[in-house]
Amino acid sequence: MKRHLLSAADLSRDDAELVLRTAAELRELADRPIKKLPALRGRTVVNLFFEDSTRTRISFEAAAKRLSADVINFAAKGSSLSKGESLKDTALTLEAMGADAVVVRHGASGAPHRLAHSGWVRSSVVNAGDGTHEHPTQALLDAFTMSRHLGTGPKGSLDGRRVAIVGDVLHSRVARSNALLLNTLGAEVTLVAPPTLFPVGVESWPVEISYDLDAVIPKADAVMMLRVQRERMSGGFFPTAREYSRRYGLDGRRMATLQDHTIVMHPGPMVRGMEITADVADADRSVIVEQVTNGVAVRMAVLYLLLGGSEPAVGGEE
Amino acid sequence: MPTHPQPVPPGPSSSTDPARPVRTVLDERDIGRALTRISHEILERNKGATDLVVLGIPSRGVPLAERIAERIAAVEGYDVPVGSLDVTMYRDDLRMKPARTLLPTQIPAGGIDGRIVVLVDDVLFSGRTIRAALDALNDLGRPRAVQLAVLVDRGHRELPIRADFVGKNLPTSLVERVRVTLAGTDDVDAVTIQGTAPAEEVTA
Repeated sequence: MKRHLLSAADLSRDDAELVLRTAAELRELADRPIKKLPALRGRTVVNLFFEDSTRTRISFEAAAKRLSADVINFAAKGSSLSKGESLKDTALTLEAMGADAVVVRHGASGAPHRLAHSGWVRSSVVNAGDGTHEHPTQALLDAFTMSRHLGTGPKGSLDGRRVAIVGDVLHSRVARSNALLLNTLGAEVTLVAPPTLFPVGVESWPVEISYDLDAVIPKADAVMMLRVQRERMSGGFFPTAREYSRRYGLDGRRMATLQDHTIVMHPGPMVRGMEITADVADADRSVIVEQVTNGVAVRMAVLYLLLGGSEPAVGGEE
Repeated sequence: MPTHPQPVPPGPSSSTDPARPVRTVLDERDIGRALTRISHEILERNKGATDLVVLGIPSRGVPLAERIAERIAAVEGYDVPVGSLDVTMYRDDLRMKPARTLLPTQIPAGGIDGRIVVLVDDVLFSGRTIRAALDALNDLGRPRAVQLAVLVDRGHRELPIRADFVGKNLPTSLVERVRVTLAGTDDVDAVTIQGTAPAEEVTA
């Protein structure tokens, strides 16, 4: 039975730790002269991107190619998707092409779930971001990055580490996936945002909630800033960008209140001057560039564990 | 980052099963003597250890490689680069089982280009692991020569591969299981063989 990676909640602690451990071994590959492993030779990975994305698509493409898989990129612009083809017909086309895995990014929450459970395709489905719902591989790479900097013990455990996720939680699939995964891994997550940028039902998430950034960050071991997704905003969620930056942006003054070991993260793309100032983004404690490097290793781990063997080693049941 | 995750090998499920008696073929002192001999043979063959890189194949090959490197260093008076080479991704049976956990690959800082690589594994059986290791080396560089040292050669090769240095040749039948345990990873140093019929002689 095929398995998929649709939500960070699909991963048990053992699964998540297996992905992180595998990623740690695969990260060494980046330092070798030949950055290639034969594990997925002859397998086909389709990148199905209904929404614009540069780094996630490139990251998945690099990951699949380093594992010797064949990669087909299928972007909405300039394809039949922009001519009105339905998700179902696109899926049937992919199935006919013999895709082993479909990496899907879609503007509608739940589209990867639909693709995985409709019976249209037999391939593994990896959610690369759906609407405002989830982005599990981003959460895995964030956890991996935290584990490398903050992890304790031989396994790089995040037990008891405090993570502050700050900004537009309402529109952020990264925040939801991170909250779920970090909770699974034993970290304590605090979400910080203005009241208008929390989603309905956030009180049922396994997190603390705060409206006061200055009170939260001095205790945090990692501070993750989220982009304000203005393209998804139709109404007024805060009075002005300047007021948002002053209350919820990370600037040099706030950075000075962090503990010495605290790292600053951002899933990208960042808007310098809005949620994060340039001096913070370029500071030594900022691991934003490393997150991108780690993204390739984590996505290799996910693809390897889903496709490498006769049956997937991680992920939720179909 | 885990440095040496050592999963329990899929060896004999129970050593007390009366239908499958376990016989010890090499004990701690036998293994020590075999490794000392192999170390000297490696030095003899290569006229020293100046260009050597010793790479163990996880999981049991790594502590064996470290012990061989220690012995060589003790004889020659200088350290020999030692590391590990995981071959999981290069196995030809990767698709026949669920995706396996990767084990550490640590190549010494000097790399393997132009060096003499001595691969070390615990048991040489079908030869498929070594085939995978040769492929893995190919992606890491171009050694001047590759040699193979194994603690036990149990026969039944399925590929044209042979060992240069052998601790013990152990004729076995295909249904028997050879298991190497090493102090540090397991409880004790031992090589055991588990058959299907009651053993005629049991040596402790």
